[in-house]
Amino acid sequence: MTTERPKILTDKTHIPGIETFDVYRKNGGYSAVEKALKTMTPDEVVEEVKKSGVRGRGGAGFPMGMKWSFLAKPEGVPRYLVCNGDESEPGTFKDHWLMKTIPHLLIEGMIVSSYALGANTSYIYVRGELMYVVRILEKAIAEAKAAGFLGKNILGSGYDLELYVQPGGGAYICGEETALLESLEGKRGNPRNKPPFPAVKGLYQCPTVVNNVESIATTSWIVNNGGDAYAAIGIGRSTGTKLISASGHLKKPGVYEIPLGLPVQEFIYSDEWCGGIRDGHHLKAVVAGGSSVPILPAAMLLKTANGEDRLMSYESLSDGGFATGTMMGSGGFIAMDETACVVKNTWNFSRFYHHESCGQCSPCREGTGWMEKVLHRIEHGHGSMHDIDLLVDVAKKIEGNTICPLGDAAAWPVASAIRHFRDEFEWHITHPQEATRPGAIFKGHMELV
Amino acid sequence: MKVTIDNITIEVEPGTTILQAARKIGPEVAPPAMCYYEPLKASGGKCRACLVKVTAGSEKDPRPMPKLVPSCITQVQDGMIVENTVNEQVLETRKGIVEFLLLNHPLDCPICDQAGECHLQDFSFQHGVQQTRYEEERRTFEKQDLGPNIQLHMTRCILCYRCVFTADQITGKRVHGVLNRGDHAEISTYIEKAIDNDFSGNVIDVCPVGALTDKTYRFKNRVWFTKPVDAHCDCEKCSGKVTLWYRGDEVIRVTARKNQWGEVLEFICNTCRFERKNTSDWTIEGPTKVARHSVISANKYGANKIVPEFARRLAASQYKDVHEGRDTSQLNIKQLPEERFKQLIPPAGESAVAGIRSIQNWAEDK
Repeated sequence: MTTERPKILTDKTHIPGIETFDVYRKNGGYSAVEKALKTMTPDEVVEEVKKSGVRGRGGAGFPMGMKWSFLAKPEGVPRYLVCNGDESEPGTFKDHWLMKTIPHLLIEGMIVSSYALGANTSYIYVRGELMYVVRILEKAIAEAKAAGFLGKNILGSGYDLELYVQPGGGAYICGEETALLESLEGKRGNPRNKPPFPAVKGLYQCPTVVNNVESIATTSWIVNNGGDAYAAIGIGRSTGTKLISASGHLKKPGVYEIPLGLPVQEFIYSDEWCGGIRDGHHLKAVVAGGSSVPILPAAMLLKTANGEDRLMSYESLSDGGFATGTMMGSGGFIAMDETACVVKNTWNFSRFYHHESCGQCSPCREGTGWMEKVLHRIEHGHGSMHDIDLLVDVAKKIEGNTICPLGDAAAWPVASAIRHFRDEFEWHITHPQEATRPGAIFKGHMELV
Repeated sequence: MKVTIDNITIEVEPGTTILQAARKIGPEVAPPAMCYYEPLKASGGKCRACLVKVTAGSEKDPRPMPKLVPSCITQVQDGMIVENTVNEQVLETRKGIVEFLLLNHPLDCPICDQAGECHLQDFSFQHGVQQTRYEEERRTFEKQDLGPNIQLHMTRCILCYRCVFTADQITGKRVHGVLNRGDHAEISTYIEKAIDNDFSGNVIDVCPVGALTDKTYRFKNRVWFTKPVDAHCDCEKCSGKVTLWYRGDEVIRVTARKNQWGEVLEFICNTCRFERKNTSDWTIEGPTKVARHSVISANKYGANKIVPEFARRLAASQYKDVHEGRDTSQLNIKQLPEERFKQLIPPAGESAVAGIRSIQNWAEDK
């Protein structure tokens, strides 16, 4: 019944002991390193990645090959590759799973990518809460080094690479690339003003590429099989596969590798994937790409404004802009059934952004706290009608006016929740006693699927 | 390099920022700056008060920039066209920034030593709205002493990071920085230790609000009752060029000299600032130039004869509103009844009359 799905990141993850070097190597691991270092020039590797059309998996979806080609290459200045493993977006847990399950895949990707970019020192910045993953990675690096895949003169090619793992300090903001670089330099993790971009002045003021774990892990497959083979998977400009961390009221939540272009309907309801909404309940809303992206009501998620089926791809999910669309984001797919309270959820997200704002620029520092307090009031039955418009206005004042995207990330969930679920906010204000009752379910006019 | 700001074109050096170019044109088009401070390296880009709209990126690439850009750190390109005071989106955003900055600000101006020379006061007066929509609790902190002469009142802080950059600049070690994050962030020294440096007093001068105050001056006076005088002395540590603030014959405060943007010209040492408080310590050069619209110049130097700029502008704008939609082409402005003008500014003795005259002159010029 199930057709053969392309597996790029998860083809070996079921093998017991894959986290050790020997098992990984026996199953064809590190062949990309051999191929790249022995038969390809760095530029050829970059060319393959460009051809593959793989887009950054951290959230922004910027083509990775293009990002690599922007890297400045001045003489006598070291270049760095930094892997962003600071996955802290609520609803996203794919990198965590990938790093702990198959650490060598990331290390192999790091070697290949560093070789392509000409970096002799590379860093993996791992979220601070995941200390055990840091230990797994460090063990894996030691194994790879002992086998001659890291260190000086790798496989006799004359290429040197040192790989370091750096645990973060436990801040969401350090997942923003320039804040991550600041943190890596040992400073307070405040995002930098751009320009200059990291490709010109990054880590220690040297040209730097920052890529997501999943993006880097993909490069070894691209080197092995070629960029064209990768581009053949997927749909349009969304090539390849994507790890989706599905959570919420689904029958089978978890991390799935999907070929991009899979219909959303199939992803939620097919037994091959999430298996549908838990018994006796209906889908109400979905946050499709991690907490930062706009929330969508079920009907709008499954069908675009033109009535076409919505697909799991960068273009299709953002079809219709923010009025009727959302974003692919980092792939944190949070499904909510009718028992979920959108107001409470929005407040919860807001609370998170309030807590995680770095406090550097004023709209985000003050605005996130304001929104959280107003939402808290509405959620607990003390809101008034003008609070809703106030929230919309505050979100508008934050959006686009901050140094880094955290301001946008804080504003979008609030703005979209009010855009699509205004009734529910109004119900909280007009019927506070009913709405604040434990287990209260909003029974407004709403299309459940 | 040519850059056009609010329809005024100016020639500038490559590497100039939009803010610097706008300041060259004049204060009317210069965006406000709450965190940017020219003498401090790496300052700027944080408060977002100076956001402007770039409607054409450069001669070569005349596409507009998608977002508003911070003018203090964005360098001009040849042929760039910038909109500051003429752009509705910019002004609207600026109103938002004022509101954000004031959210957690205690607005204790009546008891704040900075009142009268506070950048936040000026900024909110010029760009803000008169009411707040914030009903929630504001954050508060305990007062702290940073050494014997400086007091930190964190509640008033707007986290512009200027003092952090100053401390970085005057000391080799990182002794002063920001703790925590978000709206619960606070500036602090290393475990409440004093900034032990001869130039630490300069953090008072760079602070745009009353968060860092001079303990030798706290609650002594209001700034508009004092007379600023430029003076110098032979100091072995610093340039010795200062401004003395007199109340009667008494020097009650010593600060560094500032330019018209409120930026320190030369940092002064703590001895000059905190200890030399006798006229005999100094050679007086003459009265400090104070901007005419500043409240500091009120009641002095015949300034009571001059109506502050803002009242004139306010009156003029209201005057215009009254006649909107009416055919005023036949109207001779001189024949308008004087009562009309009297309504515009509350009469207060002679100065009001002078004010009315100045409005009449202004309207005639128009």
